[in-house]
Amino acid sequence: MDFINHQLFIKDINVHIDPILPKKTAIITHGHADHARFGHDHVIATRQTIDIMKIRYGDKCAKKFTPLRYGQKYSIKNYDFTLHPAGHILGSAQVLVEKNNHRLVITGDYKVGKDETCKNFKLVKCDTLITEATFGLPIFQHPDPKDEIQKLIRSVKINKNNCHIVGAYALGKAQRVMNLLRQQKYNETIYIHGSLEKLCQYYSKEKIDIGKFEKVSSKDKNFYEGKIIIAPPSALKDRWSRRFPNPIICMASGWMTVKQRAKQQGIELPLVISDHSDWNELLDTIKKSKAKNILITHGQEDALVYYCKKQNLISKPLSIQGRSDEEIE
Amino acid sequence: MKKFSSLLHNLILTPSRNTKIKLLQDYFNKLDINRAYALAILSDQLSFQFIKASKLKELVYEQVDQHLFDYSYDYVGDLAETISLIWPTKKEGKSQNLSTLIENIKKIKKSEINTEFSKILSELSNNERWTLIKICTGGLRIGVSERLVKTALADLYNKSVNEIEEIWHGLEFPYENLFQWLKNEISKPKIDFKKLFHPMMLANPIDEEKDFKRLDANEFQAEYKWDGIRVQLMVSSKSVSLYSRTGDNISSAFPEIIEATKGDAVIDGELLVGTNFKPSGFNDLQQRLNRKKASKDLQNKFPVFIRAYDILFYKGKDLRKFSLLERRKYLEKFQKENKTNQIDLSSIINFSTWKELTKYKNNFHDDLNEGVMIKLKNSEYLPGRKKGYWYKWKKNPKLVDAILMYAQRGHGKRSSYYSDFTFGVWKENELVPIGKAYSGYTDKELLVLDKFIRNNTINKFGPVREVKKEIILEVAFDDVFPSTRHKSGVAMRFPRIHRIRWDKPVNEVLTISEFKKEFKLS
Repeated sequence: MDFINHQLFIKDINVHIDPILPKKTAIITHGHADHARFGHDHVIATRQTIDIMKIRYGDKCAKKFTPLRYGQKYSIKNYDFTLHPAGHILGSAQVLVEKNNHRLVITGDYKVGKDETCKNFKLVKCDTLITEATFGLPIFQHPDPKDEIQKLIRSVKINKNNCHIVGAYALGKAQRVMNLLRQQKYNETIYIHGSLEKLCQYYSKEKIDIGKFEKVSSKDKNFYEGKIIIAPPSALKDRWSRRFPNPIICMASGWMTVKQRAKQQGIELPLVISDHSDWNELLDTIKKSKAKNILITHGQEDALVYYCKKQNLISKPLSIQGRSDEEIE
Repeated sequence: MKKFSSLLHNLILTPSRNTKIKLLQDYFNKLDINRAYALAILSDQLSFQFIKASKLKELVYEQVDQHLFDYSYDYVGDLAETISLIWPTKKEGKSQNLSTLIENIKKIKKSEINTEFSKILSELSNNERWTLIKICTGGLRIGVSERLVKTALADLYNKSVNEIEEIWHGLEFPYENLFQWLKNEISKPKIDFKKLFHPMMLANPIDEEKDFKRLDANEFQAEYKWDGIRVQLMVSSKSVSLYSRTGDNISSAFPEIIEATKGDAVIDGELLVGTNFKPSGFNDLQQRLNRKKASKDLQNKFPVFIRAYDILFYKGKDLRKFSLLERRKYLEKFQKENKTNQIDLSSIINFSTWKELTKYKNNFHDDLNEGVMIKLKNSEYLPGRKKGYWYKWKKNPKLVDAILMYAQRGHGKRSSYYSDFTFGVWKENELVPIGKAYSGYTDKELLVLDKFIRNNTINKFGPVREVKKEIILEVAFDDVFPSTRHKSGVAMRFPRIHRIRWDKPVNEVLTISEFKKEFKLS
């Protein structure tokens, strides 16, 4: 496994996984901005991740694209690559690298729980596991997202004169919230911040049920009473949010587990909906992967490293530049 | 327990006062034994400290690896929340109501508290666990005052909050008489006189332009407005108690007053720090505030006394329907009879025209009074802030021009506005912050400032933005003290934005040493 370094770089064949800077060959796990960047020569990813990159950065964000189906093999010299569902967002993938009978899995961001907006996580057995640890503390035990979305629906019913603005990351989380609302039979039009429009259209095109949505426009203030509006978290605190009548500020995020965090951010209705694995899912994945060697990327890695060592697994943190920000999910 | 814990959860996340009241009313729309416990918890009337924080940690270490807990606690920063989240067993039992739960815990034998308490924690949901731990460790910190709870109850059951405050300290858990009265099943509970709090008469700010034209100076008397805390002192041969303006019993924080006071009366006055009845400023008083107890050392360093200005009862006689002039005679009589009390009388200012009063308002005693009180001579003692009887006329505030340095977003309604401003004055070629203000500006000025900040940010420190040093704020403040806690060495009392000085260039702003000289700090 010493063929890959702490920056997820395979020097032997000049391949990077999720590099921050433009590179020759980049395997991209998913479309979030801290993983998918502009300007690589050659991008290898799922078709959906490539589509998403093109929506966000333009058709020419890389010189060459190679779409891979889940499970389809791509070889460079004696390295075999396959992508496997990560269950994080639409198109997200884990990367399995096989070389001389050694199996290495880079999970990228992943969640084990069910999600109708993407293909669900598939466990891949391996010798070395490079796992994320965004929620790598035992306090993070995500509740059933259906219960969380019910809180929103109930609040909308009770507070008829307010509008609910839900902060949700523009790619993935926003559409998941919309889909969860539809699963719970909320059939009204959902209003979205302009920055979500293209991605929502793409999800619809990919036959993900996010229902009817419409971009927020300069309508009469009272029009939005009783409505649900979805916006990226940054917009909650921006001048943009001033146009709404008595907004109740909500946030869909795993970080909302901690009340004090929600309070600090001025969130009145926290919804614990995460696209990352919680503590138990991280432990479970580590165990079931049968890997003997665990490398832990961004997040709360200390506790997870400690846990793995106690289980007699070789384990160490990988510090990857530019990835530790809580705002990223 | 489910309902109460979700009430607390919602209260902690709600910035708006009105929403908090609504949440409280939704919960208290039924009045039963669970609500009685809730009321006792919210108003801090009963102690539920069944278990100590250190014990709780022991319990959690039995359940969770110590290092993993410590990593988590370090991240969350709040013991109750960390334990409630990390507690592993999730077999939720049958939901118990608040009263049953507390009564069951009370029954636990000391020797069995570890196992029994663990068992209870395991059967609760996350949020209930958090609530129970908060209750047991004391100090909810959910941003709800006793007064807010009373207001919510009063509005919901069509009573006045004054009426509730009046009887509050005579009420006891489980509040059967209160609840019955709220539901109009009985008349207002009769309370032992000594436990009554008599809601205070409050003053309105005077409108110099309108009021002075309208009001006849001869019908009013004036006193200095002292910068202390308003208190009600209740003294009889059997007991002495001291209440704050909102009816909180603060006797234990001022034992020297309780020990020294003799007589039989209910006195209204101002609590001040000072020796020989010479007040020494609010900064000193602050050392005595927000404490449950006062050590001997503190009592010696910052001795307190009461400057009395009114009397509500004298030897059992209700004087509240008497005129102010008549009450004053009783007050003087009380004072003469009890010379050893730590009480002096607020002196009366003689004046015959409003103009004459101006000089008293602005100059007398310089820093130690905040202005004057103007009281109708034949006014009864009326609870609340009734118009036309008592007025306060504050000194012109102190003013300083300072440069806007940093800004932060506000809370609640203002969360999308940069509305908290830090400003400073020069120290050589740098600026040093002298204060922070989040009020005083008009809505228009706020919009202008918000726009300026968004377009002129030069640095971000978390939520704080540093801006180009271009805007001068005229800051009004009540007072300024030396401070070792601030880089500038000064701390302002109640600074607010008076106006924006578009006309003044930044290099004309004072230096810190000029500032200190002007306000007599050096």
